[in-house]
Amino acid sequence: MTGLAAIGAGLAVIGAGLGIGTIGGKAMESIARQPEAVGDIRSNMILMAALIEGAALIAILLGILIK
Amino acid sequence: MRKIILSFLIFAGSLAFGFAQENHSESEQNEASHEQHASPEHHDEGHGCACHEHHEEKFDPAATAFHHTGDANVFQIFGTLFMPLPCILYAPDQGLSFFMSSKFGKLDAHGTGTKAVGRYVLVDGSVMRVPEVKFPIEEVEIECVNHNKALVGTDSVDVYEVVYHGECYDLEKKSTLDGGILGGGLTSFYDFSLTKNVLTMILTFIVLFWLFRQAVKGYAARKGQAPKGVQSVLEPIFTFIRDEVAIPFLGNKYEKYLPFLMSIFFFILGLNLIGQIPVIGGNVTGNLAVTMVLALITFFITNFSGNKHYWEHTLWMPGVPALLKVLILTPVEIMGLFIKPLTLMLRLFANITGGHIVMVIFVGLIFIFGESGKNLGGGIVGTLMAVPLTMFMMALELLVALVQAFVFCILSASYISAAIEEPHHH
Repeated sequence: MTGLAAIGAGLAVIGAGLGIGTIGGKAMESIARQPEAVGDIRSNMILMAALIEGAALIAILLGILIK
Repeated sequence: MRKIILSFLIFAGSLAFGFAQENHSESEQNEASHEQHASPEHHDEGHGCACHEHHEEKFDPAATAFHHTGDANVFQIFGTLFMPLPCILYAPDQGLSFFMSSKFGKLDAHGTGTKAVGRYVLVDGSVMRVPEVKFPIEEVEIECVNHNKALVGTDSVDVYEVVYHGECYDLEKKSTLDGGILGGGLTSFYDFSLTKNVLTMILTFIVLFWLFRQAVKGYAARKGQAPKGVQSVLEPIFTFIRDEVAIPFLGNKYEKYLPFLMSIFFFILGLNLIGQIPVIGGNVTGNLAVTMVLALITFFITNFSGNKHYWEHTLWMPGVPALLKVLILTPVEIMGLFIKPLTLMLRLFANITGGHIVMVIFVGLIFIFGESGKNLGGGIVGTLMAVPLTMFMMALELLVALVQAFVFCILSASYISAAIEEPHHH
Protein backbone atom coordinates (compact mmCIF):
# COMPACT_ATOMS: atom_id res chain seq x y z
CA MET A 1 0.00 0.00 0.00
CA THR A 2 2.87 2.39 0.85
CA GLY A 3 4.41 1.61 -2.51
CA LEU A 4 1.19 2.56 -4.29
CA ALA A 5 1.09 5.92 -2.50
CA ALA A 6 4.67 6.56 -3.55
CA ILE A 7 3.81 5.73 -7.17
CA GLY A 8 0.87 8.15 -6.96
CA ALA A 9 3.13 10.89 -5.62
CA GLY A 10 5.56 10.20 -8.44
CA LEU A 11 2.78 10.45 -11.04
CA ALA A 12 1.71 13.78 -9.58
CA VAL A 13 5.28 15.03 -9.88
CA ILE A 14 5.37 13.95 -13.55
CA GLY A 15 2.21 15.95 -14.19
CA ALA A 16 3.51 19.00 -12.37
CA GLY A 17 6.83 18.72 -14.17
CA LEU A 18 5.10 18.70 -17.56
CA GLY A 19 2.97 21.67 -16.54
CA ILE A 20 5.84 23.75 -15.18
CA GLY A 21 7.96 22.83 -18.19
CA THR A 22 5.26 24.05 -20.55
CA ILE A 23 4.92 27.30 -18.59
CA GLY A 24 8.66 27.87 -18.62
CA GLY A 25 8.94 27.10 -22.33
CA LYS A 26 6.05 29.34 -23.29
CA ALA A 27 7.38 32.12 -21.09
CA MET A 28 10.78 31.94 -22.76
CA GLU A 29 9.06 32.02 -26.14
CA SER A 30 7.01 35.07 -25.24
CA ILE A 31 10.06 36.85 -23.79
CA ALA A 32 11.85 36.20 -27.09
CA ARG A 33 8.90 37.62 -29.01
CA GLN A 34 8.43 40.59 -26.74
CA PRO A 35 11.54 41.33 -24.69
CA GLU A 36 10.09 44.57 -23.32
CA ALA A 37 7.40 42.63 -21.41
CA VAL A 38 9.95 40.52 -19.55
CA GLY A 39 8.98 41.77 -16.08
CA ASP A 40 5.27 40.97 -16.42
CA ILE A 41 5.94 37.62 -18.05
CA ARG A 42 8.43 36.58 -15.39
CA SER A 43 6.21 37.32 -12.41
CA ASN A 44 3.21 35.66 -14.05
CA MET A 45 5.34 32.64 -14.92
CA ILE A 46 6.43 32.26 -11.30
CA LEU A 47 2.85 32.68 -10.09
CA MET A 48 1.51 30.01 -12.45
CA ALA A 49 4.37 27.62 -11.64
CA ALA A 50 3.65 28.11 -7.94
CA LEU A 51 -0.03 27.30 -8.43
CA ILE A 52 0.78 24.06 -10.27
CA GLU A 53 3.34 23.20 -7.64
CA GLY A 54 0.60 23.53 -5.04
CA ALA A 55 -1.42 20.73 -6.66
CA ALA A 56 1.66 18.52 -6.78
CA LEU A 57 2.45 19.25 -3.14
CA ILE A 58 -1.04 18.22 -2.05
CA ALA A 59 -0.56 14.95 -3.94
CA ILE A 60 2.82 14.39 -2.27
CA LEU A 61 1.34 15.14 1.16
CA LEU A 62 -1.44 12.63 0.54
CA GLY A 63 1.24 10.18 -0.53
CA ILE A 64 2.97 10.65 2.83
CA LEU A 65 -0.20 10.55 4.91
CA ILE A 66 -2.05 7.65 3.28
CA LYS A 67 -0.48 4.46 4.45
CA MET B 1 40.31 30.77 -10.58
CA ARG B 2 42.81 30.40 -7.74
CA LYS B 3 40.22 31.70 -5.33
CA ILE B 4 37.73 29.06 -6.47
CA ILE B 5 40.27 26.27 -6.03
CA LEU B 6 41.22 27.63 -2.60
CA SER B 7 37.62 27.78 -1.39
CA PHE B 8 37.04 24.29 -2.77
CA LEU B 9 40.02 22.99 -0.80
CA ILE B 10 38.87 24.71 2.40
CA PHE B 11 35.42 23.24 1.97
CA ALA B 12 36.83 19.76 1.31
CA GLY B 13 39.12 20.08 4.30
CA SER B 14 36.32 21.05 6.64
CA LEU B 15 34.17 18.17 5.37
CA ALA B 16 37.01 15.71 5.90
CA PHE B 17 37.54 17.14 9.37
CA GLY B 18 33.85 16.66 10.13
CA PHE B 19 34.19 13.10 8.89
CA ALA B 20 37.05 12.49 11.27
CA GLN B 21 35.03 14.01 14.12
CA GLU B 22 32.03 11.79 13.48
CA ASN B 23 34.33 8.83 13.29
CA HIS B 24 35.98 9.70 16.55
CA SER B 25 32.74 10.22 18.45
CA GLU B 26 31.35 6.98 17.13
CA SER B 27 34.34 4.99 18.28
CA GLU B 28 34.02 6.74 21.65
CA GLN B 29 30.44 5.63 21.82
CA ASN B 30 31.36 2.07 21.03
CA GLU B 31 33.92 2.12 23.81
CA ALA B 32 31.35 3.51 26.21
CA SER B 33 28.83 0.84 25.38
CA HIS B 34 31.46 -1.83 25.73
CA GLU B 35 32.37 -0.55 29.15
CA GLN B 36 28.77 -0.62 30.21
CA HIS B 37 28.42 -4.12 28.91
CA ALA B 38 31.49 -5.28 30.80
CA SER B 39 30.52 -3.89 34.19
CA PRO B 40 28.37 -6.42 36.05
CA GLU B 41 26.91 -4.01 38.62
CA HIS B 42 23.87 -3.09 36.52
CA HIS B 43 22.08 -6.36 37.11
CA ASP B 44 18.86 -5.59 38.83
CA GLU B 45 16.15 -8.08 39.58
CA GLY B 46 13.77 -6.09 37.33
CA HIS B 47 12.42 -7.14 33.98
CA GLY B 48 15.85 -7.69 32.53
CA CYS B 49 15.81 -4.48 30.58
CA ALA B 50 19.22 -3.48 29.31
CA CYS B 51 20.87 -1.07 27.00
CA HIS B 52 21.09 -2.17 23.40
CA GLU B 53 24.46 -2.47 21.81
CA HIS B 54 24.94 0.28 19.27
CA HIS B 55 24.58 -1.22 15.83
CA GLU B 56 25.72 1.74 13.83
CA GLU B 57 27.53 -0.01 11.03
CA LYS B 58 24.70 0.88 8.68
CA PHE B 59 24.37 4.57 7.91
CA ASP B 60 20.74 5.61 7.57
CA PRO B 61 20.62 8.68 5.29
CA ALA B 62 16.90 9.37 5.78
CA ALA B 63 17.07 9.33 9.58
CA THR B 64 20.19 11.51 9.55
CA ALA B 65 18.54 13.98 7.21
CA PHE B 66 15.43 14.28 9.36
CA HIS B 67 17.52 14.61 12.50
CA HIS B 68 19.58 17.45 11.02
CA THR B 69 16.67 19.36 9.49
CA GLY B 70 14.56 19.15 12.63
CA ASP B 71 14.32 21.52 15.53
CA ALA B 72 16.37 20.88 18.68
CA ASN B 73 16.59 22.00 22.29
CA VAL B 74 20.37 22.35 22.01
CA PHE B 75 22.56 24.11 19.50
CA GLN B 76 25.12 21.70 18.10
CA ILE B 77 28.24 23.63 17.17
CA PHE B 78 30.72 20.89 16.37
CA GLY B 79 30.86 17.19 17.21
CA THR B 80 30.05 16.93 20.90
CA LEU B 81 30.32 20.67 21.52
CA PHE B 82 26.85 21.98 22.30
CA MET B 83 25.45 25.33 23.26
CA PRO B 84 22.74 24.83 25.89
CA LEU B 85 19.41 26.55 25.38
CA PRO B 86 16.70 27.31 27.93
CA CYS B 87 13.95 24.72 28.26
CA ILE B 88 10.49 25.92 29.22
CA LEU B 89 8.29 22.89 29.67
CA TYR B 90 4.78 22.57 30.98
CA ALA B 91 3.01 19.40 31.99
CA PRO B 92 -0.47 19.66 33.56
CA ASP B 93 0.36 17.24 36.40
CA GLN B 94 3.72 18.72 37.41
CA GLY B 95 3.50 22.34 36.39
CA LEU B 96 6.04 24.55 34.72
CA SER B 97 9.72 23.59 34.57
CA PHE B 98 12.41 26.02 33.58
CA PHE B 99 16.05 25.04 33.25
CA MET B 100 18.96 25.10 30.83
CA SER B 101 19.44 22.05 28.63
CA SER B 102 22.96 21.68 30.05
CA LYS B 103 21.23 20.04 33.02
CA PHE B 104 20.72 16.94 30.88
CA GLY B 105 24.37 16.06 31.48
CA LYS B 106 27.07 15.40 28.92
CA LEU B 107 25.59 14.93 25.47
CA ASP B 108 26.82 12.49 22.86
CA ALA B 109 27.28 13.43 19.19
CA HIS B 110 23.59 12.86 18.49
CA GLY B 111 22.45 15.09 21.35
CA THR B 112 21.25 12.43 23.77
CA GLY B 113 21.70 13.36 27.42
CA THR B 114 22.85 11.24 30.34
CA LYS B 115 20.49 12.68 32.95
CA ALA B 116 16.74 12.92 33.42
CA VAL B 117 15.37 16.15 34.90
CA GLY B 118 11.81 16.13 36.20
CA ARG B 119 10.91 13.09 34.03
CA TYR B 120 12.25 14.91 30.97
CA VAL B 121 15.00 13.33 28.90
CA LEU B 122 16.93 14.79 25.99
CA VAL B 123 16.88 12.36 23.05
CA ASP B 124 18.58 13.28 19.75
CA GLY B 125 18.46 16.93 20.72
CA SER B 126 14.75 17.02 21.55
CA VAL B 127 13.07 16.93 24.93
CA MET B 128 10.88 13.88 25.56
CA ARG B 129 8.97 12.92 28.65
CA VAL B 130 8.46 9.74 30.64
CA PRO B 131 4.71 9.70 31.33
CA GLU B 132 4.94 7.05 34.08
CA VAL B 133 4.62 8.41 37.64
CA LYS B 134 6.92 5.65 38.92
CA PHE B 135 9.89 7.42 37.34
CA PRO B 136 11.62 9.78 39.83
CA ILE B 137 10.84 13.44 39.34
CA GLU B 138 14.20 14.75 40.58
CA GLU B 139 17.43 14.90 38.60
CA VAL B 140 18.74 11.34 38.11
CA GLU B 141 21.41 9.65 36.05
CA ILE B 142 19.93 7.39 33.39
CA GLU B 143 21.72 4.40 31.93
CA CYS B 144 20.91 5.00 28.32
CA VAL B 145 18.14 5.59 25.82
CA ASN B 146 17.14 2.72 23.57
CA HIS B 147 15.90 3.35 20.08
CA ASN B 148 13.53 0.69 18.77
CA LYS B 149 11.46 0.28 15.66
CA ALA B 150 7.86 -0.66 16.32
CA LEU B 151 5.41 -1.83 13.70
CA VAL B 152 2.14 0.10 13.65
CA GLY B 153 -0.02 -1.38 10.91
CA THR B 154 2.37 -1.74 7.98
CA ASP B 155 4.44 1.22 9.01
CA SER B 156 7.54 1.18 11.18
CA VAL B 157 7.64 3.90 13.81
CA ASP B 158 10.54 5.06 15.96
CA VAL B 159 9.99 4.29 19.64
CA TYR B 160 12.33 5.41 22.39
CA GLU B 161 12.67 4.00 25.89
CA VAL B 162 14.86 5.13 28.71
CA VAL B 163 16.69 2.60 30.90
CA TYR B 164 16.90 3.50 34.57
CA HIS B 165 18.00 1.02 37.27
CA GLY B 166 17.50 -1.93 34.98
CA GLU B 167 13.96 -1.01 34.02
CA CYS B 168 12.63 0.38 30.81
CA TYR B 169 10.31 3.37 30.69
CA ASP B 170 8.61 4.29 27.43
CA LEU B 171 9.14 7.82 26.22
CA GLU B 172 6.52 9.98 24.62
CA LYS B 173 6.97 11.64 21.26
CA LYS B 174 8.56 15.06 21.11
CA SER B 175 6.13 17.91 21.43
CA THR B 176 6.15 19.40 17.93
CA LEU B 177 3.11 20.35 15.95
CA ASP B 178 3.95 18.68 12.65
CA GLY B 179 1.02 16.35 12.12
CA GLY B 180 3.21 13.37 12.93
CA ILE B 181 5.17 13.66 9.66
CA LEU B 182 8.49 14.26 11.37
CA GLY B 183 7.90 12.15 14.47
CA GLY B 184 6.23 14.77 16.65
CA GLY B 185 2.70 15.07 17.88
CA LEU B 186 0.43 16.05 20.72
CA THR B 187 1.83 14.88 24.03
CA SER B 188 1.08 15.14 27.73
CA PHE B 189 3.54 18.02 28.01
CA TYR B 190 3.98 21.25 26.12
CA ASP B 191 7.36 22.44 24.93
CA PHE B 192 7.61 26.25 24.94
CA SER B 193 11.40 26.17 24.94
CA LEU B 194 13.65 28.65 23.27
CA THR B 195 14.77 26.10 20.70
CA LYS B 196 17.29 26.35 17.89
CA ASN B 197 14.60 27.63 15.55
CA VAL B 198 13.40 30.30 17.95
CA LEU B 199 16.97 31.48 18.48
CA THR B 200 17.50 31.67 14.70
CA MET B 201 14.27 33.62 14.35
CA ILE B 202 15.38 36.12 17.00
CA LEU B 203 18.75 36.40 15.25
CA THR B 204 17.02 37.06 11.91
CA PHE B 205 14.82 39.64 13.55
CA ILE B 206 17.84 41.46 15.00
CA VAL B 207 19.72 41.36 11.66
CA LEU B 208 16.71 42.66 9.72
CA PHE B 209 16.02 45.34 12.29
CA TRP B 210 19.64 46.51 12.17
CA LEU B 211 19.68 46.53 8.34
CA PHE B 212 16.49 48.55 8.05
CA ARG B 213 17.61 50.90 10.82
CA GLN B 214 20.78 51.58 8.82
CA ALA B 215 18.74 52.22 5.67
CA VAL B 216 16.37 54.58 7.49
CA LYS B 217 19.32 56.46 8.98
CA GLY B 218 20.83 56.69 5.51
CA TYR B 219 17.65 58.27 4.11
CA ALA B 220 17.59 60.77 6.95
CA ALA B 221 21.28 61.66 6.57
CA ARG B 222 21.37 61.84 2.76
CA LYS B 223 18.04 63.36 1.89
CA GLY B 224 17.53 63.62 -1.86
CA GLN B 225 20.91 62.09 -2.61
CA ALA B 226 21.86 58.75 -4.16
CA PRO B 227 21.57 55.77 -1.79
CA LYS B 228 24.69 54.34 -0.21
CA GLY B 229 25.69 51.16 1.65
CA VAL B 230 22.79 49.09 3.05
CA GLN B 231 20.34 51.44 1.35
CA SER B 232 21.50 50.41 -2.10
CA VAL B 233 20.93 46.73 -1.25
CA LEU B 234 17.49 47.14 0.26
CA GLU B 235 16.04 49.83 -1.98
CA PRO B 236 15.97 47.81 -5.24
CA ILE B 237 14.41 44.82 -3.46
CA PHE B 238 11.85 47.05 -1.77
CA THR B 239 10.89 48.86 -4.97
CA PHE B 240 10.81 45.55 -6.86
CA ILE B 241 8.24 44.09 -4.44
CA ARG B 242 6.25 47.32 -4.49
CA ASP B 243 6.24 47.74 -8.28
CA GLU B 244 6.04 44.09 -9.35
CA VAL B 245 3.86 42.62 -6.61
CA ALA B 246 1.91 45.17 -4.61
CA ILE B 247 0.82 47.71 -7.25
CA PRO B 248 -0.14 45.28 -10.08
CA PHE B 249 -2.20 43.10 -7.76
CA LEU B 250 -3.67 45.52 -5.26
CA GLY B 251 -4.04 48.64 -7.39
CA ASN B 252 -4.65 51.87 -5.55
CA LYS B 253 -5.22 50.12 -2.20
CA TYR B 254 -1.67 48.77 -2.11
CA GLU B 255 -0.44 51.04 0.67
CA LYS B 256 -2.65 49.35 3.24
CA TYR B 257 -1.13 45.90 2.53
CA LEU B 258 2.42 46.93 1.68
CA PRO B 259 3.76 46.60 5.28
CA PHE B 260 2.43 43.05 5.50
CA LEU B 261 3.86 42.02 2.13
CA MET B 262 7.25 43.56 2.91
CA SER B 263 7.43 42.01 6.38
CA ILE B 264 6.53 38.56 5.11
CA PHE B 265 8.95 38.81 2.18
CA PHE B 266 11.95 40.01 4.16
CA PHE B 267 11.24 37.70 7.09
CA ILE B 268 11.05 34.60 4.88
CA LEU B 269 14.05 35.71 2.82
CA GLY B 270 16.11 36.37 5.96
CA LEU B 271 15.17 33.02 7.51
CA ASN B 272 15.88 31.16 4.26
CA LEU B 273 19.29 32.76 3.88
CA ILE B 274 20.31 32.37 7.53
CA GLY B 275 19.19 28.73 7.26
CA GLN B 276 21.85 28.28 4.57
CA ILE B 277 24.71 29.23 6.86
CA PRO B 278 26.31 26.18 8.47
CA VAL B 279 26.59 26.11 12.30
CA ILE B 280 24.51 29.19 13.12
CA GLY B 281 21.40 28.54 11.08
CA GLY B 282 18.36 26.58 12.16
CA ASN B 283 16.04 25.27 9.48
CA VAL B 284 13.20 27.63 10.44
CA THR B 285 11.19 27.98 7.22
CA GLY B 286 11.53 24.21 6.82
CA ASN B 287 9.44 23.79 9.96
CA LEU B 288 5.78 23.04 9.36
CA ALA B 289 4.59 24.97 12.42
CA VAL B 290 6.37 28.16 11.34
CA THR B 291 5.06 28.05 7.78
CA MET B 292 1.59 27.24 9.12
CA VAL B 293 1.56 30.43 11.19
CA LEU B 294 2.79 32.48 8.22
CA ALA B 295 0.06 30.98 6.01
CA LEU B 296 -2.57 31.57 8.71
CA ILE B 297 -1.65 35.26 8.83
CA THR B 298 -2.29 35.47 5.08
CA PHE B 299 -5.52 33.50 5.52
CA PHE B 300 -6.87 35.87 8.19
CA ILE B 301 -5.81 39.03 6.34
CA THR B 302 -7.43 37.74 3.13
CA ASN B 303 -10.71 36.78 4.72
CA PHE B 304 -11.03 39.76 7.06
CA SER B 305 -10.46 42.18 4.21
CA GLY B 306 -12.86 40.31 1.90
CA ASN B 307 -15.68 42.51 0.68
CA LYS B 308 -19.31 41.67 -0.13
CA HIS B 309 -18.43 40.86 -3.74
CA TYR B 310 -15.82 38.30 -2.63
CA TRP B 311 -18.14 36.48 -0.24
CA GLU B 312 -20.98 36.55 -2.75
CA HIS B 313 -18.77 34.90 -5.35
CA THR B 314 -17.46 32.39 -2.82
CA LEU B 315 -20.70 31.29 -1.18
CA TRP B 316 -23.63 32.10 -3.50
CA MET B 317 -22.44 33.13 -6.93
CA PRO B 318 -25.06 34.83 -9.09
CA GLY B 319 -26.23 33.43 -12.40
CA VAL B 320 -25.69 29.77 -11.58
CA PRO B 321 -28.51 27.21 -11.04
CA ALA B 322 -29.18 26.67 -7.32
CA LEU B 323 -28.69 22.90 -7.47
CA LEU B 324 -25.25 23.30 -9.05
CA LYS B 325 -24.31 25.82 -6.39
CA VAL B 326 -25.38 23.63 -3.48
CA LEU B 327 -23.93 20.40 -4.84
CA ILE B 328 -20.65 21.48 -6.41
CA LEU B 329 -19.60 25.08 -6.54
CA THR B 330 -20.08 26.28 -2.97
CA PRO B 331 -18.40 23.24 -1.36
CA VAL B 332 -15.49 23.52 -3.78
CA GLU B 333 -15.13 27.24 -3.09
CA ILE B 334 -15.22 26.67 0.67
CA MET B 335 -12.57 23.97 0.33
CA GLY B 336 -10.58 26.41 -1.78
CA LEU B 337 -10.57 28.91 1.08
CA PHE B 338 -8.57 26.45 3.17
CA ILE B 339 -6.53 24.86 0.39
CA LYS B 340 -4.95 28.21 -0.48
CA PRO B 341 -3.17 28.65 2.88
CA LEU B 342 -2.49 24.92 3.00
CA THR B 343 -0.52 25.06 -0.24
CA LEU B 344 1.28 28.21 0.92
CA MET B 345 2.33 26.35 4.05
CA LEU B 346 3.39 23.19 2.24
CA ARG B 347 5.19 24.91 -0.62
CA LEU B 348 7.59 26.82 1.60
CA PHE B 349 8.10 23.87 3.95
CA ALA B 350 8.65 21.33 1.18
CA ASN B 351 11.03 23.47 -0.86
CA ILE B 352 13.27 24.45 2.03
CA THR B 353 13.24 21.07 3.79
CA GLY B 354 13.74 19.29 0.47
CA GLY B 355 16.83 21.35 -0.29
CA HIS B 356 18.29 20.77 3.16
CA ILE B 357 17.61 17.03 3.02
CA VAL B 358 19.33 16.75 -0.36
CA MET B 359 22.32 18.61 1.06
CA VAL B 360 22.55 16.33 4.10
CA ILE B 361 22.30 13.27 1.86
CA PHE B 362 25.08 14.58 -0.40
CA VAL B 363 27.29 15.02 2.65
CA GLY B 364 26.10 11.56 3.73
CA LEU B 365 27.70 10.15 0.56
CA ILE B 366 30.99 10.38 2.46
CA PHE B 367 29.67 8.04 5.13
CA ILE B 368 27.98 5.71 2.64
CA PHE B 369 31.15 5.31 0.57
CA GLY B 370 33.40 5.38 3.62
CA GLU B 371 31.22 2.76 5.38
CA SER B 372 31.00 5.01 8.47
CA GLY B 373 34.74 5.40 8.83
CA LYS B 374 35.94 1.88 8.08
CA ASN B 375 36.98 2.50 4.48
CA LEU B 376 39.28 5.48 4.09
CA GLY B 377 39.59 5.21 0.30
CA GLY B 378 35.82 5.12 -0.06
CA GLY B 379 35.59 8.10 2.24
CA ILE B 380 37.95 10.08 0.01
CA VAL B 381 35.95 9.14 -3.10
CA GLY B 382 32.76 10.10 -1.28
CA THR B 383 34.28 13.45 -0.25
CA LEU B 384 35.35 14.17 -3.81
CA MET B 385 31.79 13.51 -4.95
CA ALA B 386 30.09 15.25 -2.05
CA VAL B 387 31.97 18.55 -2.21
CA PRO B 388 30.99 19.67 -5.75
CA LEU B 389 27.47 18.33 -5.36
CA THR B 390 26.96 20.14 -2.05
CA MET B 391 28.41 23.36 -3.48
CA PHE B 392 26.06 23.11 -6.45
CA MET B 393 23.10 22.43 -4.17
CA MET B 394 23.97 25.37 -1.92
CA ALA B 395 24.12 27.69 -4.92
CA LEU B 396 20.76 26.38 -6.08
CA GLU B 397 19.35 26.84 -2.58
CA LEU B 398 20.32 30.52 -2.61
CA LEU B 399 18.11 30.91 -5.69
CA VAL B 400 15.33 28.85 -4.08
CA ALA B 401 15.51 31.03 -0.96
CA LEU B 402 14.79 34.13 -3.02
CA VAL B 403 12.18 32.52 -5.27
CA GLN B 404 10.22 31.00 -2.39
CA ALA B 405 10.11 34.28 -0.46
CA PHE B 406 8.92 35.99 -3.65
CA VAL B 407 6.33 33.28 -4.36
CA PHE B 408 4.92 33.46 -0.84
CA CYS B 409 4.66 37.23 -1.17
CA ILE B 410 3.13 37.25 -4.67
CA LEU B 411 0.59 34.54 -3.80
CA SER B 412 -0.44 36.38 -0.64
CA ALA B 413 -0.89 39.50 -2.76
CA SER B 414 -2.97 37.63 -5.33
CA TYR B 415 -5.23 36.11 -2.65
CA ILE B 416 -5.73 39.51 -1.05
CA SER B 417 -6.41 41.09 -4.44
CA ALA B 418 -9.11 38.50 -5.11
CA ALA B 419 -10.71 39.39 -1.78
CA ILE B 420 -10.71 43.18 -2.22
CA GLU B 421 -11.57 43.29 -5.93
CA GLU B 422 -14.40 45.69 -6.78
CA PRO B 423 -17.27 44.29 -8.87
CA HIS B 424 -17.39 45.06 -12.57
CA HIS B 425 -20.87 46.16 -13.57
CA HIS B 426 -21.83 45.02 -17.02
